[in-house]
Amino acid sequence: MSAEDLYREIILDHYRSPRNKRRGVEGAIDVKHDNPLCGDELHLAVDVRNGELSDVAFDGRGCSISQASASMMTEAVRGRSVSDALGIAETVRLMMHGESPSDDLGDLMALEGVARFPVRVKCALLAWMALKDALGRVDGRGAPA
Amino acid sequence: MTLDVARVRSDFPVLGREVNGRPLVYLDSAATSQKPRSVIDAMTEYYERYNSNAHRGLHALAAEATVAYEAARDKIARFVGAPDARGVVFTRNTTEAINLVSYAWARRRLGPGDEILASVMEHHSNLVPWQLAAADTGATVRYIPVTDGGELDLSDLGSLVTDRTKLVAVSGMSNVLGTINDLGPLVEAARAVGALVLVDGAQLVMHTPVAFTELGADLLAFSAHKMLGPTGIGCLVARPELLESMDPFLGGGEMISDVTLEGSTWADIPFKFEAGTQAIAEAVGFGAAVDYLTQLGMEAVRDHEVELSRYALKELGSVEGVVVYGPRESERRGAVFSFNVYDDRGELIHPHDVATMLDQDGIAVRAGHHCARPLMRRLDVPATNRASCYVYNSESDIDALVESIERTKRFFIGG
Repeated sequence: MSAEDLYREIILDHYRSPRNKRRGVEGAIDVKHDNPLCGDELHLAVDVRNGELSDVAFDGRGCSISQASASMMTEAVRGRSVSDALGIAETVRLMMHGESPSDDLGDLMALEGVARFPVRVKCALLAWMALKDALGRVDGRGAPA
Repeated sequence: MTLDVARVRSDFPVLGREVNGRPLVYLDSAATSQKPRSVIDAMTEYYERYNSNAHRGLHALAAEATVAYEAARDKIARFVGAPDARGVVFTRNTTEAINLVSYAWARRRLGPGDEILASVMEHHSNLVPWQLAAADTGATVRYIPVTDGGELDLSDLGSLVTDRTKLVAVSGMSNVLGTINDLGPLVEAARAVGALVLVDGAQLVMHTPVAFTELGADLLAFSAHKMLGPTGIGCLVARPELLESMDPFLGGGEMISDVTLEGSTWADIPFKFEAGTQAIAEAVGFGAAVDYLTQLGMEAVRDHEVELSRYALKELGSVEGVVVYGPRESERRGAVFSFNVYDDRGELIHPHDVATMLDQDGIAVRAGHHCARPLMRRLDVPATNRASCYVYNSESDIDALVESIERTKRFFIGG
């Protein structure tokens, strides 16, 4: 194991230049999650229109893994249906527990190395737990009109 | 007399191992210290030669176990300058010792209008028990502020310690800042209003010589595992009269004088507070740890840490982007250094990232909030890295740390 296994170039890129790190749009579902172990905080804003995640934004502070994971997540789930987004979240969760995904998850594959650093898995999953929480609150709001 | 660090290191088996292909540099002693061979051997000998229940049996092994258990208590009393070993109660750790006081004393003595005075730099274990006791009794917890220099701010002592103050519960040495608190003025103010003083000694007694009677505190709590001893045992040192006036904490075997179906009477101190079979092997190990430190000499331990602090503050301070928290003067602190690393844009390199990088070089530090979230808020940081040194650390460990921090910076500043 080396630092490069954990900190792939894609992760460092998302960490240095996070995507969609901003306030959410008006009316978005807003959740806040934190990791009491390290004091990481993450605000996630998800706007669901017609069953699709029309906007996903995050803010907060934390380690490179938690921030990069959040950044990559916003790109991966934006424009997807609620069920697709939840499917990706589950695939990432399983990947963190050592199960290689059958589909190519694009940039998210860079997180695969985190599984070999068990103490960092929680960092990587922070944003995804927030996403599951947010999508659990969709209720009728995101249902097709 | 100074420590012969090379010789000390040879007494600690774990220091011979490698981590990630590099020799282990252990800088996490404030979380838990490593154990010398003599402690490990004493516990093994107990299990191999005289494992038995203390204070219960009449056979030879039980007698030997009892003698060893009580010998440990005597050693600890001498080590912290407590004149009477009856004032040493074995607990699981510092946290349990503090909770003992919060249940056996605070909950029975405090009520609305009473105040407990803690500080912003406390470890959660000297905060949460008081918040819980306050919620149960209607008492209030107040906090001594912390200066920008990382010391207790006693400038407004007169309004902090008043007739309402019933207990001052404060850390002897900060587990984050390394600050060794000057408790003199606090003890004096508490005395003047008749308040008790409890010192959280979890980071104090292993770093500097302590004389309980000179400290002026009524209660002193600490853990064996931070002072070369095993996990699972600590103690509460108190004035015997105070312990006698307190009701039991946990009820059970060996803490009673008599039990009838109508009620019970309590054993003499300290046994009144030691319900159930105790951690006997751990007590033996605790005694062996105290023997080891006594042999080194706590003055020598202190001198070693002052020198090491001077070096570490200079070296860490010279790394661009590194901020070290706590007192600048090595005489005011123990060799525990919380720091953060900032990149070339002034952005925090998160402590978890730093700790992972250091670990790649075989360097063990702690990263997080160190069970001191109010202090993290005071410092306005989400977390810090903490390199904590002890008797087996030398300047070369600091050099390794500095080199690895430089490498971490290069990695994260990178492209």
